[in-house]
Amino acid sequence: MARVGHGILGLVAVAAVGFGLATTAQAAADAAQPPAQKWSFDGIFGSFDRAATQRGLQVFLEVCGNCHGLDLVAYRNLAEIGYDEDQVKAIAAQFSVEDGPDEEGEMFTREARPSDAFVSPYRNAKEAAMINGGALPPDLSLMYKARMGGADYMYALLIGYEEDTGDHGVPEGLFYNPYFPGGATAMPPPLYGDDVEYADGTEATIEQESKDVTVFLAWAAEPNLDARKRLGTKVLLFLIVLTALLYATKRKVWRDLH
Amino acid sequence: MSNDSVGKRVVQWFDHRLPLVTFVNHSLVEYPAPRNLSYWWTFGSLAGIVLVLQIVTGIVLAMHYTPHVDMAFVSVERIMRDVNYGWLIRYMHANGGSAFFAVVYIHIYRGLYYGSYKDPREVLWWMGLIILILMMMNAFTGYVLPWGQMSFWAATVITNLFSAIPLVGDSIVTWLWGGYAVGNPALNRFYSLHYLLPFLLVAVVFLHLWALHTFGSNNPLGIDAKGPQDQIPFHPYYTVKDLFGLGVLMIVLLAFVFFAPNFLGHPDNYIPANPLVTPAHIVPEWYFLPFYAILRSVPDKLLGVVLMFGSLAVPFLLPWLDTSKVRSATFRPIYKQVFWFLVVDGIVLGWCGSQPPEGIALILARISTAYYFLHFLVLMPLIGMIEKPRPLPTSIAEPVLKGGDAAATAPTRGRS
Ligand code: HEC
Ligand code: HEM
Repeated sequence: MARVGHGILGLVAVAAVGFGLATTAQAAADAAQPPAQKWSFDGIFGSFDRAATQRGLQVFLEVCGNCHGLDLVAYRNLAEIGYDEDQVKAIAAQFSVEDGPDEEGEMFTREARPSDAFVSPYRNAKEAAMINGGALPPDLSLMYKARMGGADYMYALLIGYEEDTGDHGVPEGLFYNPYFPGGATAMPPPLYGDDVEYADGTEATIEQESKDVTVFLAWAAEPNLDARKRLGTKVLLFLIVLTALLYATKRKVWRDLH
Repeated sequence: MSNDSVGKRVVQWFDHRLPLVTFVNHSLVEYPAPRNLSYWWTFGSLAGIVLVLQIVTGIVLAMHYTPHVDMAFVSVERIMRDVNYGWLIRYMHANGGSAFFAVVYIHIYRGLYYGSYKDPREVLWWMGLIILILMMMNAFTGYVLPWGQMSFWAATVITNLFSAIPLVGDSIVTWLWGGYAVGNPALNRFYSLHYLLPFLLVAVVFLHLWALHTFGSNNPLGIDAKGPQDQIPFHPYYTVKDLFGLGVLMIVLLAFVFFAPNFLGHPDNYIPANPLVTPAHIVPEWYFLPFYAILRSVPDKLLGVVLMFGSLAVPFLLPWLDTSKVRSATFRPIYKQVFWFLVVDGIVLGWCGSQPPEGIALILARISTAYYFLHFLVLMPLIGMIEKPRPLPTSIAEPVLKGGDAAATAPTRGRS
């Protein structure tokens, strides 16, 4: 038994060292620490809250999508958050994309189809930067995984704008947000509350909108999270039983030696 | 004639011409192993299995991956999103890299504690160190492939190290890059190497095992087996024991894969590589941090590079630097303490590597770098000379059979 203890302890110790190092490596930024929130997709059994994800899509389409792309997500993927084929078609059809060349060699514009990726609000990065005063609004497909703090960070950023009282030295044209590295961001406060009228009647406070769009963006970055955790619990349960049986077998095989 | 004996005769016919069955039988079934191996001896098999896991998941990834600066990042995301269970394969491969290092580091420290590098296992020890170096090259080239910000900047920082070489440094770096910056040619050759190195690893692992099986495993007592009473066949005793170890490893690895797949990664690697934006802190994966700390512990680039490579070179000399005739630290009262200092030293170096090289982190990095070399170059020769080892048992079987469980199960706590 003591030997099992050693082995497992060793593994845990190594994992723990890895943990510690990884966190210290990343916890360095000149920005306020975003407060931890509760998310439905946290933890071993967590999953995306369907209704919140759909509300978040609405916020994204009506607000964020005017400035940000979502290149890695296609309209057809929205089936995974509960829209049927016709609804997906209708959502896609609100946007138009350039396609071609056609038989005459001309480019043409058509309605977006479910197989298209979310249509970018800009023709290219140069136009995006020009329209936003030189600051490129980043694609949001992976934002949830691309920032320390993930969902907590995005939520804090969205509700965290403060009046610059002058002592933060925020340059002209930028906005003070203590959660943004450096404190001065080129993104104007995108949400104020009542920016959308929720289809399901939920009251659109700034907190509600920010939470919902964060859930949507977490889904966009990690669309397999639900499947991953469901499969994970099964696989681990199986492995724990199997490993216990292997341990029993080992004891039995070794018994005659002692 | 029954079917059975036909099969048997076919096997015999084949084995007579190519003794594959005999070989497997010798090295995995009958192979006599000391009877007192603890769970610390499981990590060797585990490392081999993780290598296979990396090769299998890697080959599947390679079927969908595109090594081009404009497409690499997106192709990895397509694997994550559009390939069936692509997310599982990719997360297994990324976390499998960490598992590989965790297992191998434990395996190496096991060797340090029990003196497994000493006569007649010096070449075995060398093969192990070569495996470590190949692994590091492989993990580095692999980390570049997803072409995120950390991929790009790690590649830039590490390849730039060669510019510290006097006179020809810059030319070497240009040659490595295949251009004047890390770009498409560099990505292509990294991919090529990342596909090649694992198979070199397999070859060196084979040599490692060959050397191992020439004299057999060391053991927690560090004394040689004196006869059959000291040994047991590998199968079923160690096969079942290693399988149990594998179960535990898979639980830990898959817990990461399924529930915290990005925990050991860096968020910046989900930002596509951008040569115009330098990340605030460029940090390598956790398993490189101690070496990164050594590299940055001195203000001079060339010296840093020399120290870093030196930290990998010095252990090659350990079989001669260690002057003690006794293998196992169990019987070496002073070395036993010093061993744990080295463990702590490694962890401190790792922490320093994760911090910007300034203030307390830099001071600590310098002290622990100095201590690392002091350990091998000064303490190991010295302790062997002044230390008075405790009396060794006369045979492996003696303490196992007479002394009950104490010696066999908890060698690190000493025997009473
Ligand atoms: C008026 C255009 C505009 C709108 C609308 C907008 N953003 Fe932004 N966003 C920007 C710009 C510009 C940046 C780049 C900021 C910078 O680099 O200073 C940005 C950056 C961001 C970032 C990255 C911050 C970082 O850490 O780098 C996030 C996250 C973000 N936006 C989320 C959102 C969300 C969610 C919405 C919708 C609620 C939204 N944005 C709406 C323009 C916009
Ligand atoms: C010695 C074993 C191996 C180790 C330690 C290793 C390590 C790594 C690491 C650390 C990454 C980066 C993971 C990430 O952050 O995304 C990676 C990526 C990759 N590896 Fe390996 N690897 C090994 C073997 C292989 C083999 C044998 C192949 C192919 C034949 C392979 C193919 C790939 C591919 C295609 C990628 C890019 C996809 C991705 O980034 O997920 N690897 N490897």
